[in-house]
Amino acid sequence: MEFALSEEQRMLQDSVRRFLEQNAPLDKVRLAAANTHTVQRSLWAGASEMGIPGMLIPEDFGGMGLGFLDAAIVYEMVGRHVAPLPFVGTAVMAPLALMLAGSEVQQEKWLPKIAAGEIVVGVAVTEKIGIREDAGVKAQKGTLTGKSLFVIDWAEADLYIVADSDHGLHLVLPDAKGLSRRALNTIDKTRSVGELVFDQVAAEPLPRSSAEVVAAVIDAGRVMLAADTLGAGQMMIEKAVAYAGERKQFGRVIGSFQAVKHLCAEMAAALEASRSLVWYAAHALDEVPGDSRLMACHAKSHLSEVGRFVARTATEVHGGMGFTDLLGLHYWFKRIGFDRQLLGGPELVRLEAARLQGWAA
Amino acid sequence: MDLAYGPQYEAFRDEVRAFLTKHKNQAPKGLGAAGRPSPEACAWQQLLIENGYAARTIPKDYGGYGAKPDILESRIIAEEFSATRVPSALQNQGISMLVPTLLELGTEEQKKKWVKPTLRGEVVWCQGYSEPGSGSDLASLQTKATVDGDDFVINGQKIWTSTAHEADMIFCLVRTEPDKPKHEGISYVIFSMKTPGIEVRPLTTMTGHAEFNEVFFTDVRVPKTQIVGQRGQGWFVANATLKYERGMLGDPAAMETRFQALVDLMREETVDGQRAMDNPIFRDRLIRLQAELAAMKFNGLRLLTSASKGEDPGLARLIVKLQSCELTHQLSALAIDVMGEFGILYDDSPYLRSHGSWQWGYMFQLGLIIGGGTAQIQKNIISERGLGMPREPKQAK
Repeated sequence: MEFALSEEQRMLQDSVRRFLEQNAPLDKVRLAAANTHTVQRSLWAGASEMGIPGMLIPEDFGGMGLGFLDAAIVYEMVGRHVAPLPFVGTAVMAPLALMLAGSEVQQEKWLPKIAAGEIVVGVAVTEKIGIREDAGVKAQKGTLTGKSLFVIDWAEADLYIVADSDHGLHLVLPDAKGLSRRALNTIDKTRSVGELVFDQVAAEPLPRSSAEVVAAVIDAGRVMLAADTLGAGQMMIEKAVAYAGERKQFGRVIGSFQAVKHLCAEMAAALEASRSLVWYAAHALDEVPGDSRLMACHAKSHLSEVGRFVARTATEVHGGMGFTDLLGLHYWFKRIGFDRQLLGGPELVRLEAARLQGWAA
Repeated sequence: MDLAYGPQYEAFRDEVRAFLTKHKNQAPKGLGAAGRPSPEACAWQQLLIENGYAARTIPKDYGGYGAKPDILESRIIAEEFSATRVPSALQNQGISMLVPTLLELGTEEQKKKWVKPTLRGEVVWCQGYSEPGSGSDLASLQTKATVDGDDFVINGQKIWTSTAHEADMIFCLVRTEPDKPKHEGISYVIFSMKTPGIEVRPLTTMTGHAEFNEVFFTDVRVPKTQIVGQRGQGWFVANATLKYERGMLGDPAAMETRFQALVDLMREETVDGQRAMDNPIFRDRLIRLQAELAAMKFNGLRLLTSASKGEDPGLARLIVKLQSCELTHQLSALAIDVMGEFGILYDDSPYLRSHGSWQWGYMFQLGLIIGGGTAQIQKNIISERGLGMPREPKQAK
């Protein structure tokens, strides 16, 4: 019985943290945020040298063959540094879709490229969770028609994986005839999402697609977003505690006032328990299939709630400075806000959790 | 990450199951209250001690089973007893707080005299710590013990003394050194509740029941030999004990049982023919609590892992009391809201659900948020010890 990160996992996490400390400091984040819809090639190349894009991809295809828990603790570090990396779509959801539903030919063609960090893959599944603005994609005779919103890792994608309205998944090339693309600017400038509009666009189906596969891809994405919030929230707490230890008012550091200390304690109490939930939800994706969907829902919705509380409270502890652009704290605030809504906000996700348990129609 | 216990522990689990299969019909009905155990409960406790399912790691010389401490074995025992719905080892303040304290700091004579009958449920203890003027600031306690010949003479008042009306003995903090700084003037003494000069008055709480007592001491004479540790060291002796009390709180299995009862309630209660479970707002609150419960359950697994390796889990441990008490209270709060008007029924009213246990719990659990270190004290501990934030400037005394 061991509910803990292994020595290797701690080393992996440490090495990713060191990499991001050196290569994605706040001034780099600011530069990237000014160009949201471009891939930070040198940063992604550095991450590729560490094997990050191919973490989940089997070694036969040039990846590291690691599990979701490994991916989650890495993405926790990415969230900690609000790093502009196309991780959730390219390194997690896309490879998983290819591994679960792709043909051998498709796997051999695309997985090594993802693992090498040569390509970015956008993932269009939002309409499987909820349809807005009449979005949705119909598949007919090898073509796709319709539109998909909030496509993850949209910018500069070399390939898109698109869910249709009938549990099919398809590969679409960005220069395919009839495909038009529109960026969606969000509060979070460190990650790119966009819209894809399809007018009889040639698409290559992943032959083993199913409702189960689509759901598994979404589960994995949700756990990663929860891990991102965990990392971002942890950093916000550390920043708040450090700031409260320096800022003086009334002749005392504000961190010695119980009103401020208790805010920090409440954040830490909420986030620390959430850490175990993220670990388990990721572990369940690897090892406990019967539990994985429900736990992905719990991790996603719970971290959304805890994340919102931490994001606003840590900002308040910083007082007026937290509200300015000077400290850059808002990058974390916005990252957490983005994680909350993408792939289903907490109320929607909890309804799914109820359905999974037969508690809702 | 490996959630399996492994073959060695699964073999141990089989042993526990075999014991339960063989003996479960000897178990007393229902879980005994914290007070005096029934003769059946005492007999059951003795059987458990003999087989290593109670007092497992306490040395044989003092009436225990004498096994080496192994947190996973303890966990398996707890899991199997819970799954079989058989009362597990007796739990009371004597066993969970006094016994570990005596084993750590008592004299050989004290250990020999008190540990065994306490473990067997033959001697019931109460805890004399809090006073009306000394709650969160326990070290300011004023009950005084003056020396007269070979005796301490004790005068003062204690409060929140659960089971005092049934207890044979009390472990009590008294001020023996009034001129010393507050933490250095306290002694830890043990004495019989039948000693002349002790008056116990039941303390009725908001639940309408007297779960606690007040205890008044008027010239209570206690032989000086009945001190545990040195004179003036009582605060440190007590802290050894408080460590064990904090460990008692926050039991994910108990919360899970309450959660299941809440699910059942939401499937049964209807308004205008609609089940509470089909009301999207109630259902959303339920799932929200389910996620929090999962977080605390896995946090518990993390603590278990740390304990088995002898590591300090830090924050993960410091948050347990605050988070668990709040979550438990929220479960009751949802149940009350689900019942609506029926949620305000009480006592022996018609239409009362679950014998009023949700209503009682909603009130009693507020007491748990306050007792054993208030939520605000917990937040001080989390921020100071867990996050390294500065301490509140202290007034000298």
